[in-house]
Amino acid sequence: MSLKNLIRATGFIMLLLIAQISFAQNRVITGKVTDSKDGSGVAGATVSAKNTRNATQTKADGSFSISVPSGTTTLVISSVGFALQEVSVEGKTSVDVSLVMVSTTMNEVVVTGYGSVRRRDLTSAVTTITSKDFTKGPITTPEGLINGRVAGVQITTPSGAPGAGARILIRGGASLNASNSPLIVVDNVPLDNNGISGSANPLGLINPNDIESFTILKDASATAIYGNRASNGVIIITTKKGKAGKVKVSFSTLNSLYTVAKKMDVLSADQFTTMVKSTGNAGQQALLGTSNTDWQKEIYQNAFGTDNNISLTGGIQKLPYRFSLGYLNQSGILKTGNLSRFSGALNLSPVLLNNHLKIDFNLRGASTSTRFANEGAIGSAAAFDPTQPVHNTDGRFGGYFEWIQANQPYGLAPRNPVALLELRNDHSNVRRLIGNIQLDYKLHCFPDLRFNVNIGFDRSHGEGTVQVPDSAGQAYLNTSPTGQKTSGLNNQYQQDKKNKLLDAYFNYTKEIKVIRSSVDLMAGYGYQDFLTQSPSYPGRGANGIEYSPANPFPFESENTLISYYGRFRYTLMGKYLVSVNLRRDGSSRFNPDIRWKTFPGVSVAWVLSEEKGIKAISAISNLKLRFGYGVTGQQDIGDDYPYLARYTVGTTTAQYQFGNGFYSVYRPVGYDYNLKWEETSSNNLGLDFGFLKGRINGSLDFYRKKTKNLLSIIPVPAGSNFTNELWTNVGNMKNEGFEFSVNATVIKRKRSTWDLGINFTYNKNEITKLTKVNDATYQGVLTGGIAGGVGNTVQIHTVGFPRSSFYVLQQVYDSKNKPIEGLYVDRNGDGIINNNDYYRYKKPDPDVFIGFTSQVSYDKWTFATLLRCNIGNYMYNNVFSGAAFQSNSLPYLYNVSANHLNTGFKNNQYFSDYFIENAAFLKMDNLSVAYDFGKVMSDRATLRGSITVQNVFTLTKYKGLDPEIAGGIDNNFYTRPRIYALGFNLEF
Amino acid sequence: MKNKVFKALGLLAVSSLLMVACTKDLNRVPPYDFTSAQVYKDAAGYKQVLAKLYAGLSLTGNAGPDGQGDIRGIDEGFSSYLRQYWQAQELSTDEAVIAWNDATIKDFHYMTWGSSDVFLKALYYRIYFQITLCNEFIRESTPSKLSERGITGADATEIGYFRAEARFLRAMSYYHALDLYGNVPFVTENDPVGAFLPPRITRTDLFNYVESELKAIENDLKAAKTNEYGRVDKAADWALLSRLYLNAEVYIGAAKYADALTYANKVIAASYSLIPNWRNLFLADNNVTGVNEVIFPITFDGGKSRTWGGTTYLVHAPIVGSMSAAAHGVDFGWGGIRTTKQFVQIFAGPAGDSRMNFYTSGQNLDINDIGTATDGYGIVKFRNVTSTGANGSNPTWTDTDFPMFRLAEIYLNYAEATLRGGGGDIPTAVNYINLLRQRAYGNASGNITSGQLTLQFILDERAKELHWEGVRRTDLIRYGQFTEGTYLWAWKGNVLNGQAVGSYRKLYPIPASDLIANPNLAQNSGY
Repeated sequence: MSLKNLIRATGFIMLLLIAQISFAQNRVITGKVTDSKDGSGVAGATVSAKNTRNATQTKADGSFSISVPSGTTTLVISSVGFALQEVSVEGKTSVDVSLVMVSTTMNEVVVTGYGSVRRRDLTSAVTTITSKDFTKGPITTPEGLINGRVAGVQITTPSGAPGAGARILIRGGASLNASNSPLIVVDNVPLDNNGISGSANPLGLINPNDIESFTILKDASATAIYGNRASNGVIIITTKKGKAGKVKVSFSTLNSLYTVAKKMDVLSADQFTTMVKSTGNAGQQALLGTSNTDWQKEIYQNAFGTDNNISLTGGIQKLPYRFSLGYLNQSGILKTGNLSRFSGALNLSPVLLNNHLKIDFNLRGASTSTRFANEGAIGSAAAFDPTQPVHNTDGRFGGYFEWIQANQPYGLAPRNPVALLELRNDHSNVRRLIGNIQLDYKLHCFPDLRFNVNIGFDRSHGEGTVQVPDSAGQAYLNTSPTGQKTSGLNNQYQQDKKNKLLDAYFNYTKEIKVIRSSVDLMAGYGYQDFLTQSPSYPGRGANGIEYSPANPFPFESENTLISYYGRFRYTLMGKYLVSVNLRRDGSSRFNPDIRWKTFPGVSVAWVLSEEKGIKAISAISNLKLRFGYGVTGQQDIGDDYPYLARYTVGTTTAQYQFGNGFYSVYRPVGYDYNLKWEETSSNNLGLDFGFLKGRINGSLDFYRKKTKNLLSIIPVPAGSNFTNELWTNVGNMKNEGFEFSVNATVIKRKRSTWDLGINFTYNKNEITKLTKVNDATYQGVLTGGIAGGVGNTVQIHTVGFPRSSFYVLQQVYDSKNKPIEGLYVDRNGDGIINNNDYYRYKKPDPDVFIGFTSQVSYDKWTFATLLRCNIGNYMYNNVFSGAAFQSNSLPYLYNVSANHLNTGFKNNQYFSDYFIENAAFLKMDNLSVAYDFGKVMSDRATLRGSITVQNVFTLTKYKGLDPEIAGGIDNNFYTRPRIYALGFNLEF
Repeated sequence: MKNKVFKALGLLAVSSLLMVACTKDLNRVPPYDFTSAQVYKDAAGYKQVLAKLYAGLSLTGNAGPDGQGDIRGIDEGFSSYLRQYWQAQELSTDEAVIAWNDATIKDFHYMTWGSSDVFLKALYYRIYFQITLCNEFIRESTPSKLSERGITGADATEIGYFRAEARFLRAMSYYHALDLYGNVPFVTENDPVGAFLPPRITRTDLFNYVESELKAIENDLKAAKTNEYGRVDKAADWALLSRLYLNAEVYIGAAKYADALTYANKVIAASYSLIPNWRNLFLADNNVTGVNEVIFPITFDGGKSRTWGGTTYLVHAPIVGSMSAAAHGVDFGWGGIRTTKQFVQIFAGPAGDSRMNFYTSGQNLDINDIGTATDGYGIVKFRNVTSTGANGSNPTWTDTDFPMFRLAEIYLNYAEATLRGGGGDIPTAVNYINLLRQRAYGNASGNITSGQLTLQFILDERAKELHWEGVRRTDLIRYGQFTEGTYLWAWKGNVLNGQAVGSYRKLYPIPASDLIANPNLAQNSGY
């Protein structure tokens, strides 16, 4: 562990230097720092005596007072967002300084993990989106703010449910079976990617209104510094901080109407009656009712949401603070669904000890209360007989119509969709508290050296209950192990997560003028621990009888990551940049001999625009060529103890009978003692460009990611382990692609501006190895479970193909291009159609995805829109494939998709490629208009209003409900609502 | 100044130590799981592992009915040993067709299965899961391990029986492997767990191994009918040997009918008797009513032994059309399994055979579409009601136990072995057959004479007596009627009226996934 020695050595040097502190001050200079634009005081600006360590900060009104050594001739004044200024103080005791705001983004500071860097010094593929560029409107979860705005980042919301968490995929992800979620770091606290019981979204407990910026680290040269969890990229979220100065209050309210944009196309009551009369037998025809019920209309509603936030920013003496409170309440368009969230955040960022100690304290809490609508109602509504009424006449089953047999709800029939919603109360309360305190100490004796320590925690507690009355058809009858009968549900669950973090590092920065170089050295240590606990509860009926006893033990699982890391950055003449990362990680998930792994990252950049020839071209404001290489690791496989031999004990309902007694069982668990890190190495070649003084800027990146030792669940040789499939390091995968993004200010006049942005990503995924021995005859690993039948899958991981390629039979069509039921191409020509005739056809991931943004400001008006486009993605239409109807003697009828009129299938043909459809799309996600009312309330406040439409339109050939579903299998999708929102922001 | 330096150095040293100390946190162990030392500390622990070896035949995992499955890559409910074994032995024959659209499930009856079939894969891995578990138990229960752990006296004796039972269970799974797959991987307690490629064993060598194991443990098992209900004894060992030898000609190309007869005789001598009512053998209280006839049951319980496989499947899935779920003691039918016209026709002959229990109302005798649950007669056999008509303890999961071996099969083995020249005498054989028929008819009206005792008669009698008990495929292969054109049934070979298929289909293919994982293996010819 050479890094540890490095830390020790650095510490020792630091101590020697502390010993040499001297204090020589004999002159005081006072003054005021103002903004050149309006002459207002600039609070918190740093004023330092040049070539000394003396520095101070300006007060709220911009005034300062600094003691300087007698020989001091120059003061240096700096503040974020302003150009650095030097002023002469020879013979002066007072000086006023006017700072000029810098418009170029080149000086903005970009957080990069364990430190930050000016954008101009960046050497890798990093994208920053700040609050001014966030998508405005009814956005209730953080990831929604940047969806469609970053090349290489694909964000797919899972459904229209309130607060649902999105799948975020950066550059196609790097894993096959292990997690593909990027690492998300909030104010230097890396979060647990897994959600908590009772909350649909791990990010859902962070109020988007508190976020200042997102920084997305895409290539491994940047992410390697986060080594152990960074294979899928890193998203760094920085929240809004306190600012010294007068207290500023900001209040915003956003009120939204959620409407149903599209419903599944199923047979109407008339069409259904016609079908049953023509295809069904007498028994089925007798089941037809006389009602005309649009079941989807019955389960969906227009819903209202309100999101209100207030924040206070200011400084008490030297203590800048920001405090915010938020309240969100949103109902789902699926009836009974509701989410309410209270959130609060406190940031304190004092700078003490003469600017030497910076403290950043964050405490962020949220409490959500969710009633989950029973999403089973969506499938039921699509399948429920439209000729039946919502309510029955005899009052049974809570007054809802149900299909019955022998006086009981019939097990194979769908349940009444409205009853599924109304008679199920699935309610959760989740609290989460994330806090950290970061101390950044610049040594008094040696201010080039900083010591930074960050202690953080992320605790969450989720609990919930599921209650169904005993009259309901959906949980009609259960029997306890002792034979007692019970109906309905009265279940509860609970989960606690306790995650801890400690990070400590030294950072040394030095500008060595004589050789026109600057160096930046960092070395540190990190500790993270993740603990999940949940008690074991029984399954209970409404009357409290336990139909399924609690497990004998509660659940508890813990894993720990320990890291040593270091980084060296070197800049020569401001145009040749090198950055080297090294990180050594240990994970408790692997055996002691192989749990440690070193992850390197190297990147170089050449600022072409600083070269004489190019500098002379005034049109070019920035041109930088970057190359990076890095290796990152993956260990997030869900199981915390995959290498340990152990036995687990069975539940009380999995006992075995000997004689008259029942014995609970011990089972040895399959394990791979040699399980080790999955490694992703990636190359990135990039070009950043800026023209016309930064009016046009953008980047172009080519990347290639290769993952080896894929953590995959694969079959082990039969007989060699206590299971048939195991987490093992087998296989390789690659992702290749390029990204292009450009932002341009097309019009920039006094009263009007027009900003345009486009980002384009091409990604190609291919599995290159799946088995220890290469064998071309190996079919691959089946995946992509569908609804219909049991255990049916339509996708496969195969060598030489993109992951999750569809794996289906080739449909044969008649002369009218109608699929012939049950007739498939005998692809291997052996005269029989079986699993050897399946073929790989298309894939769910897009080849290309494009984001397009436009914002026009005219006078006090701002118009903005966001469009997204995916190309090359295909979808298995499970709604269509489930649409078969035949005569049978079952005691119920079921409705089918209107596509049944095109196929007429009697038996489900789940594996036909007919159901794989092109799901390329163009969506307008967001369209908004805002008006700046300017000063209101006797000039005491400013007011801004906006109207937004979210999910404006979708253009696609896909015939199902929505072409954008993560995983590529469309089955009873909770439709994404179209949202109309009206918002106001008031600041005073 | 110096003090300051030392203080600071001290602080640094302490913090480095802390960092080193923290690396110990990487040694996380699960708080509620057990090491082998904890599990095998006493006889009770051994018995709980033994319970898992038996439960491996009935349940699908460590949570009932599902949630902690033993086998991956298939829906857990489908992964039941008995359910998969039953499908492979029955759906491929004239006795059963299934309507469902689950993956390749219809390929069994069509005889079009391939080497990537998910069900054949699940059965194969289930068999090896069982073998691997048995190996572990056999390793952990050696006399030296017991003395190491301080287990002596009666406990050690009882664990000795456990160990013999584990060897029986392993031999039985190997028997299934040799019957279904032929040439397979071979692992014993002497092989390691983990990075290891099991060698391939030929069908002949495996036959010899199973034979030697069953003979070796014969004296280590408890005497017939002296063990607890649910656990195997000598009689189970003999029953399996009898079945193994009866099929030896198929397995190794050499007849061993005399041996089949020897072991049938041993069972028959062990004071088992046919219970009066054949139907009671398949009901919820067969653990009480069936004990005189059933040699080795696989047990189930709606309260404490829950699974979606086993008899839960065998009770629910055959409830089709207008059949009453209530009469089966369950909540509702799964609308799946019926039988072919050819099987129905086996029952032609003297009326009054109570084993003939077809459900015909609303069902067509002919199967035009396997996917239509009303095509083909239903069969009423396994039910979750007791012999007195009471419901099982739970309407979803059944109490009914499954007879793996019972006396009736042994009688039929005797008759067949005799007829095939294994010794024995015809009058005794006729007598055994007539015992079965007298029970079926309730009187002597169905009795036969020695002239009627032909091999085809025995095959048909086996179908009547043992249908849906998981022996049909093996029987048809032994009689040369499984793949051949000598006997055709609806949709055999994927045509309505049936056709012969390649004789290689007498063995199932080795799953492609294991051929890839284990280069020592070779595919059975024809696949």
